[in-house]
Amino acid sequence: MSIEVRHVDKRFGDFVALDDVTVSIPTGQLTALLGPSGGGKSTLLRIIAGLEHADSGAIEIEGVDATYASPQKRNVGFVFQHYAAFKHLSVARNVAFGLEVRKRPKAEIKARVAELLDLVHLGQFADRLPSQLSGGQRQRMALARALAVEPKVLLLDEPFGALDAQVRKELRDWLRKLHDEVPVTTVFVTHDQEEALEVADEIVVISHGRVEQIGSPDQLYDEPANDFVMRFLGPVTQLGPLLVRPHDLDLLTADPGGATSGRIVRVARIGFEVRIEVLVGDQTVLVTMTRTEYGALNIEEGSTVWVRVTPGAPTVEAVTPLADVTALAEEEPAVHA
Amino acid sequence: MADIRTIADDTGGEEPRTLPVTLAGVEYTPGPRPPRRRPGKPGPGRWVLRLIVVAYLFFLVAWPVSLVVKNTFADGFSDLAAVFDDPDTMAALWLTVRIAVVSVVINTVFGVGMSILLVRYRFPGRRALSALIDLPLSVSPIVVGLALVLVYNSVDGWFGTALDDRGIDVIFAWPGILLATTFVALPLVIREVVPVLEEIGTEQEQAAHSLGAGAWATFRRITLPSIKWALVYGVVLSLARALGEFGAVKVVSGNVLGNTRTATLAVEEKYLNFDKPGAYAVSFLLVMVAVSAIVVVALIRPGKKDR
Repeated sequence: MSIEVRHVDKRFGDFVALDDVTVSIPTGQLTALLGPSGGGKSTLLRIIAGLEHADSGAIEIEGVDATYASPQKRNVGFVFQHYAAFKHLSVARNVAFGLEVRKRPKAEIKARVAELLDLVHLGQFADRLPSQLSGGQRQRMALARALAVEPKVLLLDEPFGALDAQVRKELRDWLRKLHDEVPVTTVFVTHDQEEALEVADEIVVISHGRVEQIGSPDQLYDEPANDFVMRFLGPVTQLGPLLVRPHDLDLLTADPGGATSGRIVRVARIGFEVRIEVLVGDQTVLVTMTRTEYGALNIEEGSTVWVRVTPGAPTVEAVTPLADVTALAEEEPAVHA
Repeated sequence: MADIRTIADDTGGEEPRTLPVTLAGVEYTPGPRPPRRRPGKPGPGRWVLRLIVVAYLFFLVAWPVSLVVKNTFADGFSDLAAVFDDPDTMAALWLTVRIAVVSVVINTVFGVGMSILLVRYRFPGRRALSALIDLPLSVSPIVVGLALVLVYNSVDGWFGTALDDRGIDVIFAWPGILLATTFVALPLVIREVVPVLEEIGTEQEQAAHSLGAGAWATFRRITLPSIKWALVYGVVLSLARALGEFGAVKVVSGNVLGNTRTATLAVEEKYLNFDKPGAYAVSFLLVMVAVSAIVVVALIRPGKKDR
């Protein structure tokens, strides 16, 4: 295990940012700290980097106790959401910073900087100032700068949060590929579940200063530990007391036994997906299926159907009732089938 | 390697893109900016405003200062030459220069330290300290002089008697002049540097720490270059203030000819003794030093867009 976080507490005044957090982060993997804003994930990352100090608990990096070590002694690379580019230094000098501070020979620095700038595709921008780069380029520069010192772990705090959607997606794919090429232990903070599911090998879900669940993207999606994780990762709907994914519900035209009957109130088709809202008692249940499946059922608005959870699909007991499902469905433009 | 080249360098145009913003659930796309009035075609209101500003500056600053210059050269270079020939006046000028340089050095080092303390640390009494720093600007220099006399005089001053026992004179000697000059110019560096330190934030410094830089390396390589121009301006203002200080110095210096008489005191002395040409000539030299410092900074300072 590359990073061990043990029983870490952190408060800011009355606000509990981290409450007895224990996490092991595996070596050489890409781990996401995922959770809603203000949930404490950035604080945890900053504590690992030494930019904040835990009130209690211990941090170990590569087997060495780092609880009280200063940031410059930890040998971690840190990438900030807003790049933290050294504005008065050229791109090359930014990347060279960590090596210059370590008093490496000039020739070695030059070679290493050129290599890193190639890696992040900023070779021809070496002499520019950060202000002459776009946001995505600045963030790649910040990544090269962090990698220059060959850190034991690379920490990224919402690295794509300040970028627009298109660049965000590109950089996300690029980070995944970069990590496969340079397999340094990497931890990144995000509040975007899609980003975490797509990029990470392992996800730590953090909310209200507590770890809700740790696991691979598949584990989290298929075996959510609780109500919160179920809701936070992927779409959910509620059938009776159970939270379930809308694509894990079967619609049947005859009662197979053990199913609940309801009436179809709305059918919407979004591309390949058909969204069907079924009124079961006073509950509106969302069911999604493919166009082909929908066609085979031969149903329409007003039809009576039976709803059941697909056998073996994950369900979680709802702690708080789900907001009306129609509100969620209407967020996207619906095209009626 | 070939794969990750796919996004290479095609992200150049992402920042200027205008993004829709969601405000209170309503999507709002910023429209084109309202057309600005073209510079160079001002309306009548602007002409009146310009006239007022120019007239104000002319009568308050340009005209009086130009009269000093005019009077200095009323007899060609003879008045200026007389100043350079007079050892007492030269001593006064050198004293002023030395005092100004030392007080600027003290205020620069102290000012940067105080600015970092005020911006980067939270401690009880921080706001009170911040207000206290403005005091030298708001209190009349003559009061500053009197206060220093009360503390440092060798007869019954708080520190003065103890220092006198060790043979150190403060009042009516150069240390007193240095204290008074440093005191009145104290806030200038701090007031220039603090806003810039606040603006640049701590992220660059944190990034430097995480890259292995210690406190000194971070200060020298990151913080200092970021506040460089604010610091230069603060230094120039402090220098101008130190060269021109009169009231506080008058009280503490004793005005001993050739010993504790500074340039500004020499101007007064000459003026009162009906040596007006001499007074103008020394004034001219003081003005020249201050003006050239400001001009040099204006010339070497890069434009806003280059920074």
